[in-house]
Amino acid sequence: MEWLNILIQGSLLGGIYALFAIGLSMSFGIMRLVNIAHGDFIVLSAYVALVVTQGTGLDPISSLIIVVPVMFVVGYAIQRGLLNHTLSGGLLPPLLVTFGISVIIQNGLLAGFGAYTQRLHEGAIETASVQIFGGISIGVYPLVVFAVAVFAIASLQLLFYRTGLGRAFRAVSDDADTAELMGIDNRKLYALALGIAMIFTAIAGVLFAIRTIFDPAAGPIRLILAFEAVIIGGLGNMWGTLIGGVVLGVAQAVGAALSPTWQILAGHIAFLVILIVRPSGLFPRTRD
Amino acid sequence: MEPERVERGTKASRTFTVVAAPALAALVALPWWGDAGWMRLIAEMAYYLALAQLWNLLAGYAGLVSVGQQAYVGLGGYALFYLTGAQNMNVYLALAIAGPFAGLIAIPVSFAVFRLRGAYFAVGTWVMSEVFALSASLIAVLGAGSGLSLTPAILRQISPDRGSRDAILYLMSLAISVVVCAIVYLLLRSRHGLALTAIRDSEPASASLGVNTFRTKFIIYVATAACTGLIGALIFLQKLRISPEAGFSINDWTVVVIFMVVIGGIGTIEGPFIGMLVYITLRELLADYGTIYLILMGMIAIAVMLKAPSGIWGWVVQRYDLQLFPVGRRLVLAPPTPPQTSER
Amino acid sequence: MSLLATNNLSAFYGDFQALFDINVSVAQGETVAIIGANGAGKTTFLRAVAGALSTKPEMVMFDGRPIGHLTPHEVVRLGIAMVPEGRRLFPSLSVEENLLLGGHSERKGPWNLKRVYELFPRLRELRHLPAPALSGGQQQMAAIGRALMANPRLLLCDELSLGLAPVVIRDIYQCLGAVTAEGITVVLVEQDINRALDASVRFYCFQEGRLALSAPTKNFDRSAITAAYFGL
Repeated sequence: MEWLNILIQGSLLGGIYALFAIGLSMSFGIMRLVNIAHGDFIVLSAYVALVVTQGTGLDPISSLIIVVPVMFVVGYAIQRGLLNHTLSGGLLPPLLVTFGISVIIQNGLLAGFGAYTQRLHEGAIETASVQIFGGISIGVYPLVVFAVAVFAIASLQLLFYRTGLGRAFRAVSDDADTAELMGIDNRKLYALALGIAMIFTAIAGVLFAIRTIFDPAAGPIRLILAFEAVIIGGLGNMWGTLIGGVVLGVAQAVGAALSPTWQILAGHIAFLVILIVRPSGLFPRTRD
Repeated sequence: MEPERVERGTKASRTFTVVAAPALAALVALPWWGDAGWMRLIAEMAYYLALAQLWNLLAGYAGLVSVGQQAYVGLGGYALFYLTGAQNMNVYLALAIAGPFAGLIAIPVSFAVFRLRGAYFAVGTWVMSEVFALSASLIAVLGAGSGLSLTPAILRQISPDRGSRDAILYLMSLAISVVVCAIVYLLLRSRHGLALTAIRDSEPASASLGVNTFRTKFIIYVATAACTGLIGALIFLQKLRISPEAGFSINDWTVVVIFMVVIGGIGTIEGPFIGMLVYITLRELLADYGTIYLILMGMIAIAVMLKAPSGIWGWVVQRYDLQLFPVGRRLVLAPPTPPQTSER
Repeated sequence: MSLLATNNLSAFYGDFQALFDINVSVAQGETVAIIGANGAGKTTFLRAVAGALSTKPEMVMFDGRPIGHLTPHEVVRLGIAMVPEGRRLFPSLSVEENLLLGGHSERKGPWNLKRVYELFPRLRELRHLPAPALSGGQQQMAAIGRALMANPRLLLCDELSLGLAPVVIRDIYQCLGAVTAEGITVVLVEQDINRALDASVRFYCFQEGRLALSAPTKNFDRSAITAAYFGL
């Protein structure tokens, strides 16, 4: 039963990792852009929520009403104002510009909030648990997070495959040049894409900050976890990313069971093993 | 008739050599006319310059944009501390081993990360560095989370008194910096450098011409790791303490280095010099204002990437066609033969 | 007044000059052909008109407006659509999704999904298949349909016959004839000279980025074309 428990806890952990990964996956899929500042945007969302909850007295999940639009605008503006200008220069400009953004966000947060660790408080749900079969109890909160991840991916699939906007996203992802010749305004579309990605990044940021302490330097590890989930699952496949998150979560749970300090390292090792043995991931779909 | 010839030097580079030599001599003589504070600053500039040249070689020439070089700084540092501490090895011998040790670790690392391309490669190298940092924090003999310190006995192996020890450490930093710059310069001047530039410009095209792209990139990656490891060992020899956070700090060893190369001019040898000077100047000027200089450097790096992607030096080259470290070759054509007298 | 007119159109790829002072004009309702060898600049010309290549504004005039500096999507909105060389259908999209995407700019006009399927009945049967599953000729029809969905006033066709069997090419040009009968203006780039001349009223011959010959196609001497084509 011990192993089943680890499997379940680890799988639920995969939910938050999949949520981390959605924004990264979107910006790579549509703009071919790996956003080095992605993890920092997750943390930035948490800080925005902190400010909103302290200012309005709202609980963190309700604060999403404000945090989500704010982060959407941030994403739209950054893509439109900065990142759109890096897309034609090859590999280095987008990577180095997002790297610069990462450093600016981290140090800006440090200057604004100090290095103290923070947490968002949602109340009873954080520790509530339900008993399921075999004497195993699972936390309500991780279950909720996993459900949010599934819902998020499902709604994105709906967007991509059932709407005109999604059709435009897929066309631009296939062939940006021809898409423009068909009347698509690529620049606006990319900005919209990052804006939408930020919606999910904001949700991920708030949800993670309720259970985990964070500080201005918490971004990079989030980027790495998101990245590992995407690579394990396989590029270009959102449901694959969910599975990637689950694999990562389970690996971490196994590591944590051996010793709590081994948790993150165990995840890295699982990632490296998959990278060496099956470099295109478990369920790859994309032509890169 | 004068034959065509291939010219390597430029007028500017010849002038530069004449100016640089006495400057270098002055720096070497610093222990005799300067104080410990100056030596520390110049030593720091020296090893940052070396790290920047190496990152430039990797990213600007070989096209391997690594955000994980801090792994080798930490590996070199930890190798030195472990060998001199737990293994009681002589400090100079440990220094000699630290570099190759880092290079050796780079071999299996490359098997993993070379499977990734572009920005994914970058994040992959970062993950590797995190793996090393986490591992170091879990291994007891490496001091786990709190790290290791150098004992006075180890320091005395360099020299029994403080003054000459500072001088020796300073001269070693200067030496490694000069050596790294020389190696990079000579490498880029050679046909291997030409191969690198070709790979950077177009991997498929250069492969079709017979350049073994994988082997070239592999050798550059491992060699750079070894040099970075040696520099890491020297850095921490002077810092006297190492911990997982400090040894594998992306902020200290990678962020700053990347900014230097980008702002100075990626893909040029002169660029890292300029970038390093910009960084040190900014840092010293803004030291009282906390990490604001990092925010400023971030903004400058972004502006450079958007407006002048070849950096400050790249801009200079475009405006003035100047090269202080010429790595190219120019074909000097024979002057046109004067026309023969008319045939008619 | 001509619908499309280029004034001393010169175009560059970086430092390389691909077009030298091209003067082309196309009246409303005409079908004009552009012929020339590989590398003559024909596709470059179309890309310049479509906005994919930026030029000085007055170098390309559409309906009296300078458009040389506009982006491709702005040009589509004005009423110019492209059938790109090699079809360039979107592989992740089904046939119908490709067609719907052509209508992204939401220009008003006679063309819609139903009419495109009337013109190309075979496409209706294949409409849910992913675009790469179609044969070359079917893909070409889909590419033309996709361009028509933008309700253009000017249709740019780049190498319709590329890689297709003669009987398929014949069908495609028959369909094109049905389209032009409705009054749409067409600029046709073709390597197959006979097809190009049969389908057009006037033609231009490019040679290494320059205009070598322009004339009405009716009764034109083919040997003169050969000379211009190869720069003899």
